[in-house]
Amino acid sequence: MLALPPAPQQAPKRQLFVGTALASAAGTMLLGGMLAVWLQFRADAPYRESARRGLIKDWMPEKIVVPEVAANMMLIAFFVVCIMAQWAVWSAKRGDRTHTAMALGMSALIGLAALNSQVFIWTQMGVVARDGAFHSMFYAVTGAFMVLLVAGLVYTAVAAFRYLGRGTSDVQIVSAHALYWYFLTAAFSALWFVVYVQK
Amino acid sequence: MTSIDTHHAVDGAASQPAVATWLTSADHKHVGRLFIGSGLVGLLGGLVLAVLVAVERIDAEGFQLLDESTASQVLAAARLLLTFGAVVPLVLGMVVAIVPLQLGARSISFPRLAATGFWFWLTGLGLAVASIIGNGGPGGGEAEMVDLYLAALVVLALGGLMVAGSVATTALTSRAPGMGLLRAPLFAWSSFVGSVALLLSLPVFIGTNVYLYVDHRYARAGFGGNMGVNHWIGWSLSQPFTYVLAIPLLGFVLDAIPVMNRSRLPQRAAANVAVGLVAVGLLAATTQSAVTLPWEGDGFFSGLGTKIADLLPFALLNLVPLLGLLGVLGGVALTLKSAKPRVASPLVFAVLGLLTILLGAASNVVYAVQDAGLAGTIFEAGSYVAVTFGTVTLAFGAIAYWGPKVWGRRVPDKAALPLALLAFVATALGSLPYMVAGFADQPAGVLDGFSYGGPQELWNALTAIGFVLMLLVSLAFIGLIAKSFTGGEVAGDDPWDGTTLEWATSSPPPADNFSEVIVVGSEYPLADMKNSSGKVG
Repeated sequence: MLALPPAPQQAPKRQLFVGTALASAAGTMLLGGMLAVWLQFRADAPYRESARRGLIKDWMPEKIVVPEVAANMMLIAFFVVCIMAQWAVWSAKRGDRTHTAMALGMSALIGLAALNSQVFIWTQMGVVARDGAFHSMFYAVTGAFMVLLVAGLVYTAVAAFRYLGRGTSDVQIVSAHALYWYFLTAAFSALWFVVYVQK
Repeated sequence: MTSIDTHHAVDGAASQPAVATWLTSADHKHVGRLFIGSGLVGLLGGLVLAVLVAVERIDAEGFQLLDESTASQVLAAARLLLTFGAVVPLVLGMVVAIVPLQLGARSISFPRLAATGFWFWLTGLGLAVASIIGNGGPGGGEAEMVDLYLAALVVLALGGLMVAGSVATTALTSRAPGMGLLRAPLFAWSSFVGSVALLLSLPVFIGTNVYLYVDHRYARAGFGGNMGVNHWIGWSLSQPFTYVLAIPLLGFVLDAIPVMNRSRLPQRAAANVAVGLVAVGLLAATTQSAVTLPWEGDGFFSGLGTKIADLLPFALLNLVPLLGLLGVLGGVALTLKSAKPRVASPLVFAVLGLLTILLGAASNVVYAVQDAGLAGTIFEAGSYVAVTFGTVTLAFGAIAYWGPKVWGRRVPDKAALPLALLAFVATALGSLPYMVAGFADQPAGVLDGFSYGGPQELWNALTAIGFVLMLLVSLAFIGLIAKSFTGGEVAGDDPWDGTTLEWATSSPPPADNFSEVIVVGSEYPLADMKNSSGKVG
């Protein structure tokens, strides 16, 4: 019997990028499903008279005020992260380590700012989870998004370490990382409209 | 077949204790075997509880084995164990172990993710069962245990999600050169379809569970507290979602029967489409509820617009998956017609398992028509039993077919063959009487305190006999596997004279699966290799 060394590994075809795309699809279904339930509860709520907007759905309690500036800034932050992440892809494809590192660093920084905005919104709104369906669902849906956001920040850190640690060869992780932030931006855009604008 | 030793040691696994290897290995064959072994244990647990439930129902107004709260928890645990504790791991185990081999890949994509998925699934299942034991399942009385149950389901589903992501990525990125997705073996194709269906449906399940958990723990305002759990996530333990879980094993039917028949599958492209049609059942996750057919109004043309509007979602969720299953059956029938088959246990398990799943899917169509008056009756349990036991029957067939590849020894065929027939009888006994009882208005979800005209003891006794028979068949099959695993006949690399790549490597395969990169030129690459040179490996 003759023991042979293993054959050379086949180069996987953009495995990380495809995996990230599938994870993004799963994340879309997670938030899509949660927002659908949210909208169903809102649709089932009775109407009430609002001094400012007339007859509206009695879903978000009157005393709760959404800090719209923070919510809007959070949305803008996500779009800025997309630009930074794409800048990282552009630089990585050209083997420019300095600009890639700077772009990934900026992505992390602005991602942290978005995370900070969410915490700020939670504290400013003063929603108490025990007070009712809106309250518990608000924390459930924004909390689930927060988990995805933290995963995005971890992804940024891993992408930075892997790209910078391997010279300039691992471009794929930088583009997969950008794809994940595109997904987060789209997901937050939907959440922002349903939870913070439509209320 | 293989003329060289491809069993090279890797990763220093040989220097580790065996237990540590099993606990830490990310080799897809190990992970697959862990899933299959755990699934068989879960199956026994689920069947024991199902027998308890069925026995309890026989004398609904007299003898009581379980008190009211225990009965509801046992009912919940039986479905949980049969679906997420048996069907899911048996299916995922076969998929994880075999798909990379069929694709000619050196490993599964993200192997550590797949291994982590197994441990997440196992932890989630263990916690869910523990919470049910602590009276925390759907409708349970212990609030903290209900919280634990909901959290455990999230962990369990995350595990399934990790494995599904790993399998789908493998199918998309790690195929052998020359193997397009439609040229991949049908088990690999259906595993890809099933994985994508899980990737799209399990997140919805997780999201709803997160809502339920936060609401139950803090507010109990919007989701009905402990009594609302089944209302919101019951779809994951019922039809048509149960079809989604069975999808990969339809590929086993479509792969194994032509091999047993020593022929090719006619209309292969139609088989690809048929498997895809069954996946439409995943829309149940997006609706999160059963879609029924009201068909209101006198006469056919009265209110036709409303009828058509009702018919479309009904057809999408109930008829389209059935159409897909019929397509698979058509492929099987055409194959069997083309030549005289070799009657071996995988063939019998495959045909009978497919027929019982079809029975479940067809009966579910009847259940969904509101005019049949079956809503809230035990008829649904009859459909569930047919689909679930049918899937388990297919899993047994897949183990008999690919077991020699996974652990290198054959499952005794002569002993396994009668078990396939007995499993079919058990499924018929376990499901049909429930369907009849459903027409007699036996209520669903209760074990005692009901009565209706007709021989209700007979229907429930027949079901109990069916469940006991399935338990015995499962025990016997597990015994056969244990015998095969420890001292069965050595299988050889290609015991069935197969046509796909998993049979082109040694049994069991080495850590890196293949010693050469195989270039694929058709849907039957191993048959091509046999025809051209007679040497593979």
